[in-house]
Amino acid sequence: MTVTEPAAPTAHLEIGNARRRKEDQRLITGRTRWTDNIVLPGMLHLAMVRSPFAHARIVSIDTDAAKAARNVVDVLTGADLGESQGVCINAWPITPDQKAPTHLPMPSDRVAFAGEIVAVVIARSAAEARDAAELVDVEYEELPAVLGIKEAVKDEVLAHPDLGTNKSALWVFDSAEAGTGGDVEEAIAKAREDGIVLEREYRQQRLIPAFMEPRSVVVDPTGEQMTMWSATQIPHILRFALAATTGVPESKIRVIAPDVGGGFGGKLQATPEEWITWAVARRLRKPVKYTETRSESLMSGHHGRDQWQNLTLAATKDGRVTGLKVELTADMGAYVAIVGGGVPVLGAFMFNAIYKFPAYHFSCQTVLTNTTWTDAYRGAGRPEATFGIERLMDELAAEVGVDPLEIREKNWITHEEFPFTTVSGLEYDSGNYEAATAKAKEHFGYDELRAEQQRRREAGDPVQLGIGISTFTEMCGLAPSRVLGALDYGAGGWEHAEVRMLATGKVEVVTGASAHGQGHETAFSQIVADKLGVPFEDVEILHGDTAISHRGLDTYGSRSLVVGGEALAKATDKVIEKAKPIAAHLLEASVDDLEFAGGRLSVRGTDKGMSLAEVAAAAFAAHNLPDGVEASIDSEATYDPVNFNFPHGTHLCAVEVDTETGGIRMRKYTCVDDIGTVINPLIVEGQVHGGLVQGIAQALWEEAVHDESGTLVSASFVDYLVPTAADTISFDVDHNTTECTTNSLGAKGVGEAGTIASTPAVVNAVVDALRPYGVHDVRMPCTPERIWKAIHESGQEPTTPQAAGHFEPGMEGTADRSTGAEGTDQ
Amino acid sequence: MTRIEMTVDGDQVSDDVEPRMLLVHYLRERLGKTGTVVGCDTSNCGACTVHLDGRSVKSCNVLAVQASGHTVTTIEGLAQDGELHPVQQAFHDCHALQCGYCTPGMIMQSVDLLNDNPHPSEEEVRLGLEGNLCRCTGYHNIVKAVLQASGGASS
Repeated sequence: MTVTEPAAPTAHLEIGNARRRKEDQRLITGRTRWTDNIVLPGMLHLAMVRSPFAHARIVSIDTDAAKAARNVVDVLTGADLGESQGVCINAWPITPDQKAPTHLPMPSDRVAFAGEIVAVVIARSAAEARDAAELVDVEYEELPAVLGIKEAVKDEVLAHPDLGTNKSALWVFDSAEAGTGGDVEEAIAKAREDGIVLEREYRQQRLIPAFMEPRSVVVDPTGEQMTMWSATQIPHILRFALAATTGVPESKIRVIAPDVGGGFGGKLQATPEEWITWAVARRLRKPVKYTETRSESLMSGHHGRDQWQNLTLAATKDGRVTGLKVELTADMGAYVAIVGGGVPVLGAFMFNAIYKFPAYHFSCQTVLTNTTWTDAYRGAGRPEATFGIERLMDELAAEVGVDPLEIREKNWITHEEFPFTTVSGLEYDSGNYEAATAKAKEHFGYDELRAEQQRRREAGDPVQLGIGISTFTEMCGLAPSRVLGALDYGAGGWEHAEVRMLATGKVEVVTGASAHGQGHETAFSQIVADKLGVPFEDVEILHGDTAISHRGLDTYGSRSLVVGGEALAKATDKVIEKAKPIAAHLLEASVDDLEFAGGRLSVRGTDKGMSLAEVAAAAFAAHNLPDGVEASIDSEATYDPVNFNFPHGTHLCAVEVDTETGGIRMRKYTCVDDIGTVINPLIVEGQVHGGLVQGIAQALWEEAVHDESGTLVSASFVDYLVPTAADTISFDVDHNTTECTTNSLGAKGVGEAGTIASTPAVVNAVVDALRPYGVHDVRMPCTPERIWKAIHESGQEPTTPQAAGHFEPGMEGTADRSTGAEGTDQ
Repeated sequence: MTRIEMTVDGDQVSDDVEPRMLLVHYLRERLGKTGTVVGCDTSNCGACTVHLDGRSVKSCNVLAVQASGHTVTTIEGLAQDGELHPVQQAFHDCHALQCGYCTPGMIMQSVDLLNDNPHPSEEEVRLGLEGNLCRCTGYHNIVKAVLQASGGASS
């Protein structure tokens, strides 16, 4: 028995502290363990031979010269691997009759996009493998390729002739049918008579996640289990999928995601490269490694977005929305990926955003094309939806002739109305759009900037000021398993955690979340430190290895804190409950008289007590435990969220647009996000900053462009414009907090918020600057050429001919990479 | 094969390499200096930035044989006697990294930038880091860290 002085009250809680990250030390000193760093005895290296054609029949593959090359061990084709290669999975067939081609990692008869793998070279070094890959002679018979959504829906050229159509699935939600709202056609008909009907077509261009660490995979078949290291977001899902598709028992598979250099959804995939590496290692019984080049990464890692949005908004004359009809077409690329059509479907619930729309209809037709497959990219469906509605709300304001914030206020859910069931059937638990907006306006200097805008307009300033608004919300914390089941998703949405109380008082925490830059080690340590009253430094977070973290559903969809963190909180509660009978026994007290605070179990009303560390030590020794109590206070918990959570925020962006050149300069960006309880403000701000830039990059710079033959021409960082420090500005980031009511932490997700919100804020700002010229849209990315053309095609010349003289006739468009995009966007 | 000799993070090293071998591959594959990483094929991303005789270079853009007879410092040789370099410390303090993949190159470039211009403005920091890509941080906190390391005002 131990009787000690009661501990001093905790000076401050860890939750809410701007703790510097535990992860940093190894990352800033170069001691990081990336997959490509792993070297095993006798390891062989792979190089992929990829199709240069978007659609072609494989006539023959001659591997003789490659096999004869120096230090080449073998060259294998799809025919050689046969069924041993398994298959790439689609976990979310969005409709029962969804058409999806079988996706072999390495097909032997036909390729369906440029970059698809047709052979793999195995050599003693990566350089020798790559050299020999040049020697593989593949004869192709080119087939017509279908590129672009608008071509695909015609069904004239088929991406997969055997399917008989390019149309994969049609997913529909209708508020009248669901009983969550009225009939949108009635609303539109009425608005045509005596209100406002806005019809717009918006393009969500194709993007590339472009994580900084190229994907890499190592497979070691020696020993009893086969081990795969992969630069992945989803080690647990990979393990399941490998077992399900390659016939290796799940218990014989160990998947490890070591340090992973970013993902943004781009590493939420079961890839052909992983499956081929797995098959080669099994066949050769040697450790093998494959690391992609950047070009391979951009060409064959899945892309994101890529939709056409046809939107019809009905409103009263004074700007109250009466109905919204959304008709999407979404490009899946050549295959339906792991989430696939589920990405645009996630947007189905978000087009109504923060507003009280009485009627809503959503349909999404997914199509197959001969391009790189598409899947989740930061936000996954929700940025597309937010873009559509936030652009429309600005258009409605322009139509009514009022400030865009006024239109939003007229339509949004007020803070007294929570919890609020939306027209798409979700229950928003909490939020305060008024407060976030008021704070953002003040930080931004909204009224002053509007006044400056007016001055510039009146003066005919060639540099115009635009102010863009995005009052976004999103659904995150994927996801309640029952909801996923109702949507035909192939798995649940729970998360698992385990807390191990070590004999020395240290705490090991195992989480099924799999971080790749988010800072889980720090944030989760803060939660555990508070819950168990142990020092932050004494908590070690273990993750990303299925042999250590045996249960988990990994990291995506802003779920790690709100689902994984909640599982952790529940596991700590169990630790305390398990400690109580042991402490009561040792303190010679009744369990009912114990209370837990500040890391100590004390007997109420006395000075008797013991620390949790002392209970852990007593459990470890097990010399004096009550009868029937096990010698451990370690605990596990699996948490399934009862609802999504709904972060929101008000984002305000000011841009200066040079109407003579089409050039843009961002003046100011302010956002006030409500993400509930903040565990670590430093990490949260970092997530917001990075998210903002990815969203801004969609608005201004990034686009995956295929040429007319289906070759990805933006397949290097020379052509795919990931922004630099010189392109961006410092941001004004703040928070307003209404706690989430459906988890005990009160937290909402933050990983995707910045990306979801910022794109429409920027485009709204660009369009706002150009409204005096009659411009009501600029297609993304809003390049100087597109802006310049928008001004000049409006027929309202902004400048004198002399001032515009340096644009020589016939020069328009010659230097702009978007030309190719126009070709495939039809 | 060509015999090369150089000093890497204070150690004398000598090897026979193919003339085509890039410095970054020599560092990673022959010396085990895996702190320096490869992020692209086109010298755009700067993840592989090291110092050659005290000046930053993209080690994917330098042949190992070109570095022969010179001194190379990588991220692994930046901290001295267990003390973080002020730029490393500033990156930690300002949360200037998330996944950390660009970080070694970003830090090496920032050190070089401050050697050139010990008290840069925010604009000068942004231009000086233009050759290094980061996908996580939006650069906000990287710029802040470099300004902090310079003793200048943060943004």
